[in-house]
Amino acid sequence: MSGSGESIAAPRIPAEPGIWVLVGGDLLVFSLFFLSFATYRRDAVELYASAQAQVGHGIGIANTLLLLTGSWFVYRGVEYARRDGPHAGANLLLMGALTGVAFLLNKAVEWSTLFAQGASAYENDYFMFFFMFTGIHAFHVLLGTGVLLAFQARMREGAARSPSMWVIEAGGIFWHLVDLLWLVLFALLYLA
Amino acid sequence: MNPQTLQQRLRPYASRATLVWLLLALATLVSVHFGGQRPAAGRLGVVIVLVIAFVKVRVVGTEFMELRVAPRWLRLAFDAWAVAVCAALVGLYLYPLAGIPA
Repeated sequence: MSGSGESIAAPRIPAEPGIWVLVGGDLLVFSLFFLSFATYRRDAVELYASAQAQVGHGIGIANTLLLLTGSWFVYRGVEYARRDGPHAGANLLLMGALTGVAFLLNKAVEWSTLFAQGASAYENDYFMFFFMFTGIHAFHVLLGTGVLLAFQARMREGAARSPSMWVIEAGGIFWHLVDLLWLVLFALLYLA
Repeated sequence: MNPQTLQQRLRPYASRATLVWLLLALATLVSVHFGGQRPAAGRLGVVIVLVIAFVKVRVVGTEFMELRVAPRWLRLAFDAWAVAVCAALVGLYLYPLAGIPA
């Protein structure tokens, strides 16, 4: 493996501690979401299954693969920026942002298809959770996409204008958090 | 284009991150196979879907969020969160109040 040898280096907190406070907070809030969804399902197994069948899983699969690919771009972008300077990571971060845009377009198609079928957040517990959780998550994607776009623009302007490396790393960690939360939402809302 | 340039151009794709991405994508497809859109995924299917999801979560945390270089307490906190939430979800899915048609 063409490793960077970081496994033998002293442990360090990736980016800086503040971003991990945000990560921890988001993980706790979303775990309440996950557990509420599963708790309400106990009374409504059949209803959840039929609502899930109505949603389908094609767009969900596409969006999962998009965010995983976005995470790859962002990870590599941070790696390149670290090694060769901020400008070296800008294109990869831009590609990551584009996966976010594609995710949101897919989400818009999915929601409008469901609305056209007459589905709404008031229809039943499943759809209430579905629209609420995917809506809050989509807001995270929007935020992450905006951050990546802003970072990559300034990274192109050279080291003096670029955000510091730890800021770029923190942006990457937020992006991966958005990916990670989606992995659980995808399993709960589309598959399980 | 001489061979060395080609090799340099391909280098970004031959990385640990690429292997991680490939495994995550494959795991996604496997979980779709076991869960998916059957009337009810079935007990085993549900457990497989949930466990795969949290294995993916841990891989994203360890690899992409670089928790592998983090201090032990941070890694442990993250892993503990993943295990606890996964276990709670499996429990809630396996023991519905109304009883699942198996």
